[in-house]
Amino acid sequence: MSTISRRTALKGMLGGSAVTVGVPLLDCFLDGNGAALASGAPMPLRFGTWFWGCGMTPARWVPKTLGAGYDIPAELEPIAPYKDQIVVLSGFQAILEGRSNFPHSSGNIAMRTGVAANKPDEFIDPTIDVLVADAIGTGTRFRSLEVTCTGDPRHSYSSRSAAARNPSEPSPLGLYTRVFGPEFQDPNAAEFKPDPRIMLRRSVLSAIKEHRDRLVRNVGAADKARLDEYFTSVRQLEQQLGLQLQKPPPAEACAIPIKPDDAPVGTEIGQAVATHRLNAQLLAMALACNQTRVFNLVFSDSASSLRKAASSTTHHQLTHEEQVDEKLGYQPEATHFVEQSMLAWGEFVRTVAAIREGDGSLLDHMLVFAHSDTQFAKTHSINGIPVMLAGRANGRIKTGLHVDGNGDPISRIGLTVQQIMGVSVDKWGAGAMQTAKPVAEVLV
Amino acid sequence: MRGLPIKAGIVLTLALGLSGCGPSEPKSAGGPPQIRRLTESQYRHAIADIFGGDIKVAGRFEPDIRADGLLAVGSGKVTVTPSGFEQYDAIAQGIALQAVDEKHRDALPCRPASPKAPDDACATQFLRESGRLLFRRPLTEQELREQVEVAHAATATLGDFYGGLSYGLAGFLAAPEFLFRVEAAEPDPQHPGLLRLDRYAKASRLSFLLWDTAPDAELLDAADRGDLDTRDGLKREVDRMIASPRLEAGTRAFFADMLGFVAFDQLAKDAVIYPKFSLKVTNDAREQTLRTIVDHLLARKGDYRDLFTTRKTFLTRNLGLVYRVPVETRNGWEAHEFPAGDPHAGLLTEIGFLALHAHPGRSSATLRGKAIRELLLCQKVPMPPANVNFSIVQDTNNPKFRTARDRLTAHRTEPTCAGCHKIMDPIGLGLENFDGAGQYRPDENGAAIDASGTLDGMNFADAASLGKALHDDPATTSCLVNDAYRYASGREIASGEQDWMGYLQQRFAADGYRFPDLLRAIATSDTFYRISPTVREAAR
Repeated sequence: MSTISRRTALKGMLGGSAVTVGVPLLDCFLDGNGAALASGAPMPLRFGTWFWGCGMTPARWVPKTLGAGYDIPAELEPIAPYKDQIVVLSGFQAILEGRSNFPHSSGNIAMRTGVAANKPDEFIDPTIDVLVADAIGTGTRFRSLEVTCTGDPRHSYSSRSAAARNPSEPSPLGLYTRVFGPEFQDPNAAEFKPDPRIMLRRSVLSAIKEHRDRLVRNVGAADKARLDEYFTSVRQLEQQLGLQLQKPPPAEACAIPIKPDDAPVGTEIGQAVATHRLNAQLLAMALACNQTRVFNLVFSDSASSLRKAASSTTHHQLTHEEQVDEKLGYQPEATHFVEQSMLAWGEFVRTVAAIREGDGSLLDHMLVFAHSDTQFAKTHSINGIPVMLAGRANGRIKTGLHVDGNGDPISRIGLTVQQIMGVSVDKWGAGAMQTAKPVAEVLV
Repeated sequence: MRGLPIKAGIVLTLALGLSGCGPSEPKSAGGPPQIRRLTESQYRHAIADIFGGDIKVAGRFEPDIRADGLLAVGSGKVTVTPSGFEQYDAIAQGIALQAVDEKHRDALPCRPASPKAPDDACATQFLRESGRLLFRRPLTEQELREQVEVAHAATATLGDFYGGLSYGLAGFLAAPEFLFRVEAAEPDPQHPGLLRLDRYAKASRLSFLLWDTAPDAELLDAADRGDLDTRDGLKREVDRMIASPRLEAGTRAFFADMLGFVAFDQLAKDAVIYPKFSLKVTNDAREQTLRTIVDHLLARKGDYRDLFTTRKTFLTRNLGLVYRVPVETRNGWEAHEFPAGDPHAGLLTEIGFLALHAHPGRSSATLRGKAIRELLLCQKVPMPPANVNFSIVQDTNNPKFRTARDRLTAHRTEPTCAGCHKIMDPIGLGLENFDGAGQYRPDENGAAIDASGTLDGMNFADAASLGKALHDDPATTSCLVNDAYRYASGREIASGEQDWMGYLQQRFAADGYRFPDLLRAIATSDTFYRISPTVREAAR
């Protein structure tokens, strides 16, 4: 990339060589307070989810103190440097009203859809990320990007309906190719020439859209809904291609990442951590380069299948089978995986916080909703599933707090997240989890 | 070795033989028409058949989803997500470019007047033929015209006839009519008041069931002529398809689905605990089981039940390492027969079952028992309750509970666990002589393994006799019939189809449990194509 970024330009000025700065560069400078681009457009707002399986150890994860300046227990150590930019939420409850607690599934479904599950692993209602993407994700090449660090594309908790689970990119190379491969248009490139082939691809999709009416004429309601979801996907790709035909606005923090190796992916913890590192960097740049506004990252699946090399037992098995060490007060081997998960989460926050953008960092212009499927996995507890919100969302959220839900429905968090991200919603969830009460402590 | 159930089968065969025809097919109300997304395997087979086996299908497919134990049923519940469509579109572009490239364009039915200018007549000819094969029915004039227009405009833009044509073709490949099997129904003139699938939906059902691919031109011709709506015409096509070598692809696809082989995609073993278990072993293990099945059921025309006792199989050197059997063939497969008395006998003792249903670093009597119940006997095991204490069970270092049997027995004394574990563990323990990678072992942690137990009242002493018990269990064959019909129809058994299922079971027994005969019984029946009018009305 030969484009001079704002940083380079500033460095140049400070170094006394301001004469080399050309006038057009002023376009990429910001307005006075850094919350908007010089053009008057507000800083882009991004949203992501960061998921890990099998929860935590309550006594080692939940801060003892509430509000600002909360303490950092052992398992939260990796977020200590960023605690001012993070909200820790504990004590919110998934209320099932007599329905079964499907292990590792009911809590996650309640968290993401505000509904008590009727069936294991079935997301009938749209997940929060899809609702947010509908609100903020339509102006970029990808409405959202899903990735997993475990190598299995089925490890995804993003879906519009039971029929439409958004599959995860199973490898960093796959993610790189999709975002930064041949179809990537560098937003900072001086030259822009629309590719006629993209126009032709669009014309193919426009023709396909015409099939809808004749196809749905004789089908039942459920099948019609499925076909309509297909046509929604066609329209989304058509819009995506349409954006490729316009000159992209410059993105000051965008730097094209290095193409990752085709390394093996899988559930061994070392592999997962390495995959996550690459995925975090690629997602950060996908955001900084305006390729998407929304992402879903799975560090480990619900009922974590992470494992240590040479061990006969996975993280999930350990949570159930390992005795609590009486001296330590926790399950040492299972806890190792919790600690690794939180280290990865800390690394994710560090990665996005390190990218300078506007008067702050990429993290300041996003909200990351991190959570697990259970509280204490040994007992499949879904009361107090750990949740963290990282990032300042362009100043729309108060951070640096620990909030205890005192058994309130967990859907309050989902409602809050949606409202912060600008989704027009005043009430969310179903049954006992229906709520109109966002977590007021964090709202600005 | 042949017990009572076989004799009953022979008697039934004789009875049928005397009467000249079997019990007649019971009347059935039918089920709803289906909209199924092509599975990855169906998609790949169809492209290879239509455009050539050398066409690369490059891209990541939206994952197929199992519902009620089958991908085939799941295919009737899924749609195409935005990122999934992005992939389908990219795959479509890739295929379309190859189908008209210099290597393949000689196979096209015509040449353009100029390679640089639109030629609607030639484009029409090509798109009419390929569109018919992709949509699995003749195109309407409108459908054809739309794609010819796309190709015309693209050719004009690019100044390249073949390049432009690829956009016309890509339109078919990314279209819902290709990606989904949308079934259409019509009134059945032979049964006034009832509905049946239309002739092209019939052709697709036949082809995907028997060959795991789209109908070939011959089958579509038969459909055009109305042959599939007559008993003789239908029988002729079914005979042709069952006699074709492509029946192997269909048989493989069915058993890969029924046996849950989609899990092979993610199967990994710990490299330190099981150093012999490599990705090659994983791939070969899957292939071994499918080869054994195809050889036994198709080449040898064997009894389905004997799959659980047969000592005949196929091995590679990679597999030989795990089975501890010398394999002479350096690269490739060789037939192998385990000697009488060897612990290996039947599908349950193949790596493709043992390793697939185990943990990455440990065997699992529970997972194996669950797989036998759910995959082979069609018996649903309930979910575990959320609040369970497993700690005694799995502490492999506890000197009191050295074997899995000791640990699981302790677990089963907990009343909340007992209900389900007693239907899984006792049969899974029959396979404890094989570790998590499928390697034979006489003992665990220094204690001899007791692999005896009972399956629904039948005693067994070890894995081989567990296979025999499964062979003799009537649920084994009824499960196959059940799965085959659900696979064929892409849905659960409809409420009015119980008599039909009973009839199919009888036919299967009378035919000596021959799999191709089961397929034939389904494919030539009325029920398979019957569409329930009430469902149809509700659909409107």
